[in-house]
Formats: sequence, structure tokens, C-alpha cells
Amino acid sequence: MISQDILIEAKNLKKYFSLDKSHTLKAVDDISLCIHTGETLGLVGESGCGKSTAGRTLVNLYSPTGGSVIYRGKDTARLDKRELREFTREAQMIFQDPYASLNPRMTVGDTISEGIDIYRLASGKARLQRVQELLEMVGLRKEHTDRYPYEFSGGQRQRIGIARALAVNPKLIVCDEPTSALDVSIQAQVVNLLNRLQKELGLTYLFISHDLNMVKYISDRVAVMYLGVIVEIAPSEDLYSHPEHPYTKALLSAVPVADPRKERQRQRILLEGDVPSPVNPPRGCRFQDRCSFAETRCNEEQPTLKERGKGHWTACHIF
Amino acid sequence: MTTTRLLEMKDLTVRFATYGGNVQAVRGISFHMNEGECLAMVGESGCGKSVTAQTIMGLTPSPPATISGEIFFRETNLLKLGRKKLQALCGSKISMIFQDPMTYLNPTMTVGKQLEEVLQEHTRLSKRERLEKIRKTFDLVGIPNPEKRIKEYPHEFSGGMRQRVLIAMAVLCGPELIIADEPTTALDVTIQAQVLELLKSLREKLHTSVLLITHDLGVVANMADRILVVYAGKVVESGDADAIFHSPAHPYTKALLASAPSASWQSKQNLVSMGGTPPDLFSPPVGCGFSPRCDYAMKICREKHPPLLKAEEGHLGACWLLHERCRALTNSQGFFPKEALS
Repeated sequence: MISQDILIEAKNLKKYFSLDKSHTLKAVDDISLCIHTGETLGLVGESGCGKSTAGRTLVNLYSPTGGSVIYRGKDTARLDKRELREFTREAQMIFQDPYASLNPRMTVGDTISEGIDIYRLASGKARLQRVQELLEMVGLRKEHTDRYPYEFSGGQRQRIGIARALAVNPKLIVCDEPTSALDVSIQAQVVNLLNRLQKELGLTYLFISHDLNMVKYISDRVAVMYLGVIVEIAPSEDLYSHPEHPYTKALLSAVPVADPRKERQRQRILLEGDVPSPVNPPRGCRFQDRCSFAETRCNEEQPTLKERGKGHWTACHIF
Repeated sequence: MTTTRLLEMKDLTVRFATYGGNVQAVRGISFHMNEGECLAMVGESGCGKSVTAQTIMGLTPSPPATISGEIFFRETNLLKLGRKKLQALCGSKISMIFQDPMTYLNPTMTVGKQLEEVLQEHTRLSKRERLEKIRKTFDLVGIPNPEKRIKEYPHEFSGGMRQRVLIAMAVLCGPELIIADEPTTALDVTIQAQVLELLKSLREKLHTSVLLITHDLGVVANMADRILVVYAGKVVESGDADAIFHSPAHPYTKALLASAPSASWQSKQNLVSMGGTPPDLFSPPVGCGFSPRCDYAMKICREKHPPLLKAEEGHLGACWLLHERCRALTNSQGFFPKEALS
């Protein structure tokens, strides 16, 4: 169940990477969002829009350049050592590439129990029991404990990654494209697993993906990112049925539909050109040079998120 | 419309000798393509779709590969053709677009130079004519500012533009068949839409046939006239795009269509998921490759691989459920009720 209290919140969060003396890459440039306890917030956008950086900054894998992350009402930058340890335990991550995110020289059991050891959650027999319990929870067998990652398929490895995240009893899991490296038939298995675990353990997810159909399906609310900023955030049904921002509209219309009859009738909004570089993002609205509605105002002033419908926020001057 | 056979593949098998044993990547694939047609080959990773495409182009060196079967391009058997003759054909009459444009472009050479090489190899145009041709092709595939772009290196192009360069390279010599191996997989959705639109328009303008290889059913719906569904190195279903999407005959196709999340879905509804994983092609199953994952599997499915059986006119499926002795028992959806099997 989704409760009203906010678990984690980003306030004017910024993450810049300096390339050299005169160039800074503004990966995340002033985003604000909140995630309620028990909720799944989807974060979509094209590659290079800063969605992964936003996720990583949120769980303190990157320290923010500006702004703050508020976890359970406390600024994570001001936590003392013990509180920080607690925060990093409760906020876990699942990575995109199940091949790169597991250490090939560690057994599955060691990979999963690493977190258990660090946080001294269990030892000896209880530790082994916990590992086996986790493996069964994610749909693997307890005999898998002593095997190495190469013995598993992509979908199974992603399950190991999920078990590793669950090992330390997290509250929040940032899922960074957990299904995009997997085949369609395996994607569904992993997503169903994530849904089931959320129900059973009361987890909160930030689900980062470029697959709009998948995001719609798993999320309660969806935020759309473009070039380091959030352009629209709304309840998932609402966003897909009534997109407001021109970028969201174009993005949704670009998604191929697995139905030839519908495809033939579909009107596509084809965007011209590519995403501009986040090193020198355009002044004003980030989307202006690909937007067919752009006015002079869009060039001068960056639009801020404004609430249009219930919980439906859009950053656009025109709509 | 006249239908001339352009490509015909007969019982192609490709095996690779590896340290771990023999991988049977392609286990008897037969299909044909007519002139001007867009045929899509759909399947999951490791099902043999790319190997099939590469074998057409002579890109599976043997050894380590063991190839048998026949591939006819018009009247010539490509597998019997000498290396020189095959090279003359591939790149001019048959060309290929690859998945990841960055790995297939030489990072140390300007884009113009790389395109020029193709023309040097296959035509007798003079330097000036070559450059003119490249400029025209850049216009055709929508690369703005060709004069300047010709002199640039691949790293100066964005992902979508790089894919356009590869497409330009593929259409440079006016091919009759373009093999597009996952042409949009590495691209973002908005760029993917642009590239698909381009491929469609090129097909109309140049009257070429396209063999599209992909795992994305959405991409296929947009482009293909006919579809082949490949699973574990075999064709499990073939037919018109409409037929495949609206009345799939094979349980695998059905499950694949059901497990892809679509925009019409309600959020938080449970995805229909296929259990299990594709079979290991080091030791492929004796019977139907899909039988371990199939809800409708019968005894015969595990013992004997089904031949391609007729589901409707022009729509074939490799499934015992389509056999006439089985059909009498199947329900209105073309499938056994599950209870009847237990």
C-alpha cells in the first residue's frame, strides 16, 4: 500500500561532472521529486538524459553538487556516521547489466552475504540460512549458493542482483534499467518478481528505464526527464492517456506498438535531430530546438514544473 | 504484382566447434523472400537469427563453422560461390546494416573515406563521381551538410547519425537485398522512430527487399510484410504480419506477444510470463525446442520435432497442435484446453 508519508525527497538536486577547466557536464540540473513509502516512481528518458545519475545521487553513490536529498525527514548530507550507515543500508540498488554487476570471482553466496557481513546482520549458520532464504525468495534454488555467476543465464543473474539488494532489509530500491539487458520473455519474469517482492516486503522503488511500456506497467507515478531536468511528472495512467509536455507526447508516439493494424493508422510525431549535449545545454527550455511549438519565451526563460491536474505537473510555457 | 524469388534458403544448418563442444546455432532453417518484400526474422538472443543473416553474407568462417544446406540468391548458390565472386556480390547486390554502428565503423578513418572504399571496390567511378555519389546518398538518408560531414570521423556523429552512415553505406551500390540486423536496438525510441521511417522510405524509393532481424515485435509490426519466428535455431512460425500478430499459431509466438508489455495495459497488472529459459544449443532437445516451456506440451512434443504445418493459407507453424489428428480436439482458439491434457 502506498502511504502518504514521503520516504525520500530530492530538493533542487544537482550533479555536475567537470570535464576540464572550462567544461562541466550538467547531468542532473535542478530536479525535485518525492517518493512515498510503498510507491513505485518510474523515471524515463532517453540515454544521456541523466536518469541514472539522478538515481545514483539519490542513494548517495554520487555526492550531489547542489541541492539536497531528504530521507525520512533528514538531510542525508547532515547525517552522522551511524545514521548514514543506516541510510546506505536501507537504500539499495539493482543494476542494469547482470553480467558486469556481479563479481565473477565470488560465489553467489558470497555476493549475497557481503552486505549481511558488512552490516553484521547474521553470522554462522543463520547467515547461510538467510542466503538460502533469499535465493528461494527470488526464485532460485538453495543449491545455487556455491556456484559462480558464469553458470547462470542473464535472467538468473538479475535475480542474484535482486537477492543481493534484499539481503540487508532495504526500504528503498533504485532499479536502474533492471530489465533492458534481458530478453522479452525473461523481462516479464523479473518484473513480476519485483512486483511480488514489493507487495510482500513493502518496498519502495525508483524504477529507471527507457522502456515506456514497462515503466507504465510497473509504476504508480512516472517522471519524464530530458537533458537533466524533469519535464513532466504524473500518475502513470494519467501520463499515458493525457501527456501534456510536447516531449512526452513525442516520446510516447515513438514507441512501436506490436500490432500491424494499429501501426498503420498511427500518427507519429517525429522529432527532428538529436538530444543536445548536456555540456552546453540550451538556455531557457531544454527542449526548445526540437519542439514544434517553441516561442521566443521558451528561449529566454526555463519553464518550471506547474501543477495542471491532480498530481500532474508539467514544465512547459505553452501548455 | 509479379513475385520473383530473390532469396531462397533451404535447410540451412550452422554448427560451431568451440572448446565447450559443438553449438548448433542454426538447425535447419528454410525460407524464401520475394522481390520488394520486407521479411522479418524475430527471436530472442541466441536463437540463431544473426548467424543465419551472417551466413548469407559469407561472414561465418568455416572452420570453426560447419555449414550445410543451400542459399540461393536469384539463381546462384551463395554457399558454393568462390570467395572473390561472393565478395563482389556482397556489398553491392546484397548489403548489411549492423546493430552497433560504432563497432562497424573504423574510428581512425573519415566517414567519407570509408564510404569511398565501398565504391572503389564495387564500381569504376572516378574520384569526382564517387564523391558526388556519396553526397547524393547522404541527402537520401537525411544526413545534413554532406560536404562537411564527409570529412568527419565516426566519433563526431551521434548514434542516430552513425546508423544513417551505415545505411548510406548499405545503399551506396543500389542493393537488391538489404539485411538489417537489429538496426535500431542500440538507439533511443525517438531516434529509432526516425531510422525506421528512413528505412521504410528507402524501401519505397529504391525498391529493395529488406530482411529485418530483430527481437522487438513492435519494430516488426511497423515494417514487415511477412514474419518468421525463430526459436532455438529453427523456424517455429511463418506467415503474414497480420496473421502472426492477430492469430498466432505457435504457443511460443503467443507467449511472446503476451509477455511484451503494451501501452494498452493497466499498470500493476501481472505480466503474463513464460517460465524457464531457452534451451542450451550445445545439446538441443530431441523434440520441439519449446516443449519444456510450453503449456500445451504433449508426449510427442518431447520425442519428435514437428514439421511446419499449415495453420491457414500462407501461414505455417511448427507445432503438433496444428496436426490434423490433433486439430479435431483443439478448441476454438486453436489450442487445447489445458485440462484436456492432464
